[in-house]
Amino acid sequence: MEAIDLQTQPRPPIKARLSALFSKIPMLGWLAGILCTVLVEYLLGDWLSYILYLPKIPVLFGCLIMLKQPILIPSVLAYVALVYAVPIIGVGRLTAGFTNRLAARLDQWPIWISALIHLSLLYLALHYWTDISDYRLLVLKLTMIAVMLTLSINVINGYMGEFSCSHPGFMALGAYAASTITLVFFANDRLFGDALLPPALGPFFFPLALIIGGLVAAVGALVVAIPSFRTRGDYLAIISLAFMFIVKSLVENIEWLGGPRGMGSQPNWSTLPVVFVWMVLCIWVINNFVRSILGKALNAVRDNETAADAMTVNTRKTKITAFMLGAFWAGVAGGLFAHVMRFINPGTFSIQRLAEILAMVYFGGLNSVVGSIVGAVSINLISEMLRPLEIYKWIVIPLILILVMIFRPPGLIAFREFDIKKILAPKKNR
Amino acid sequence: MPLLRVNNMTHYFGGLRAVYHFNLSIEQGEIRGLIGPNGAGKTTIFNLITGIHRPTEGTVELENENLVGLQPHQIAARGLGRTFQNLLLWRHMNVREHVKMAHYSQLTYGLMGALFGTPRRHREERQVAENTMRLLEMFDVAKYADWLVANLPYGAQRRVEMARAMATNPKILFLDEPTAGMTPEELVQMIGIIRQVQKEFGVAIFLIEHRLKFVMELCQRIQTLVFGEIIAEGTPGEIQNNPKVIEAYLGKEDIT
Repeated sequence: MEAIDLQTQPRPPIKARLSALFSKIPMLGWLAGILCTVLVEYLLGDWLSYILYLPKIPVLFGCLIMLKQPILIPSVLAYVALVYAVPIIGVGRLTAGFTNRLAARLDQWPIWISALIHLSLLYLALHYWTDISDYRLLVLKLTMIAVMLTLSINVINGYMGEFSCSHPGFMALGAYAASTITLVFFANDRLFGDALLPPALGPFFFPLALIIGGLVAAVGALVVAIPSFRTRGDYLAIISLAFMFIVKSLVENIEWLGGPRGMGSQPNWSTLPVVFVWMVLCIWVINNFVRSILGKALNAVRDNETAADAMTVNTRKTKITAFMLGAFWAGVAGGLFAHVMRFINPGTFSIQRLAEILAMVYFGGLNSVVGSIVGAVSINLISEMLRPLEIYKWIVIPLILILVMIFRPPGLIAFREFDIKKILAPKKNR
Repeated sequence: MPLLRVNNMTHYFGGLRAVYHFNLSIEQGEIRGLIGPNGAGKTTIFNLITGIHRPTEGTVELENENLVGLQPHQIAARGLGRTFQNLLLWRHMNVREHVKMAHYSQLTYGLMGALFGTPRRHREERQVAENTMRLLEMFDVAKYADWLVANLPYGAQRRVEMARAMATNPKILFLDEPTAGMTPEELVQMIGIIRQVQKEFGVAIFLIEHRLKFVMELCQRIQTLVFGEIIAEGTPGEIQNNPKVIEAYLGKEDIT
């Protein structure tokens, strides 16, 4: 009788077993695994791809190779398993005891020490991961810029609840302003002539140029913020769309900004550490803001403006703050973008850019810092990985978005608080 | 000196006269009532005093300071708290966040503190958190502190709204039909809560109600509003026996 009972006992569902596998690994453990992966690829990558008949080390998890030469799919999967899955999960689990104890020690120190250590380890991993390929470096930089864009539009569209289509406009204002400053003062180029200051000083003034770009975008945001006092929903969407076209036309018609031919030869100052630091700053500042009472006021005005008014919330100041904060970071992201691509023209900031940004924010999740990061990284990476499909990429991505809208309308990870303390904490054993 | 004084307030919505020569004088700590048939203009008077509309004519003064023309949030910050007939809550926020939000005007840390997490911001937010917990316990909703308000039972939602209004540190609390939809037990609890609030905070209370037993029990003076005009004003006893009131309004079954 007992034998039959044992056989009929249900096995825990797949999801529970997977989560049991991963739940004991603290963030420190995952970082250890990622560092191991990078090391394995650095040392063994070339040899592994040779014996697996791969043409070269797969740059973006092998998706490009899989799509161009389907016969190599088993090889790519083997490579990904050996270089990514096994080190990350294996090292993660094996060192779980050690990393949990370490994380517990770090937990006792002020949170910023722990955060700095984790960020340094992450940056180390990214630095060596992108060492292998310039393409990886470009994709990573653009992904980080996408995170900043998604986070900043989430402040307006998610936390403030407006439907704003003006983000490419803010990005353009920041890009052109920052580029103008760096080109006028620090570079010899065809638009602005010789540099006014020694080019060697440039990288130190780059943050200032980015901030000025952000401020220009923030001032531009007033054009959309002030109408938002009296209108919402569809009407504001039209106003913000008009703003985007106005900015585009403006840069197209101003000859000394390059006009339709664009502005190029920005100095190569958007290095990986620079972009990484700005992205971390963006996440930190916006997260600080939305967790404060001043930040929650955005939600109050969104969910019921009359009640917010009666509860002493200054609704106009709240709306202006939301638009200007979102625009500032979009401007900074635009400035960084201009110096990564080292060429911008009016066409860069078009409806296509708007569609990409909206896809990232609505896919990742409204009103959520984690959601923005997840949305930006996933849509950006998927977009790059599907590049061989060319035109069909723009069928797959909207399809994904439609599915999300049907099954999870607010987005994948919406309305979730980003608690740094909890993320870096050691995982307890059940 | 009266705490709140409204003089000859008249308001037109286009061609429709909603309120006509409304006069009000509330002293510190007084409990006043406003009754009248539906559509008489009671909530409109609340909206006019709290700044949602600007009265066509008349003055509104709080401690001799003019309120007409100010934004609603400025009037609220000067000491006029209110609740709403239709429970205007914030769907995506939990109970604790509701009460914390009402402390907005008392914060001084500004944008710098919000963006960069200054010590002043942490200190002020800690103080707000403590005050919030105290209010939640007073209104008996502490056990719901981290619940989304949409998931609360109706009576608890009403108490959360009151706690939120009290968090603004008001001198007068405007209650718009605080007992609508309540059971008899909740009614008794509400009478107790309002009396306790008035005693502990010393606030004056101005309430709109339909349940006459509730109004007679709580209020020191009552006004009756019909078609935007006051037709009677006096103590509960005087109002009960006033023939104009009986003719225009009484006839509603009060629920015990």
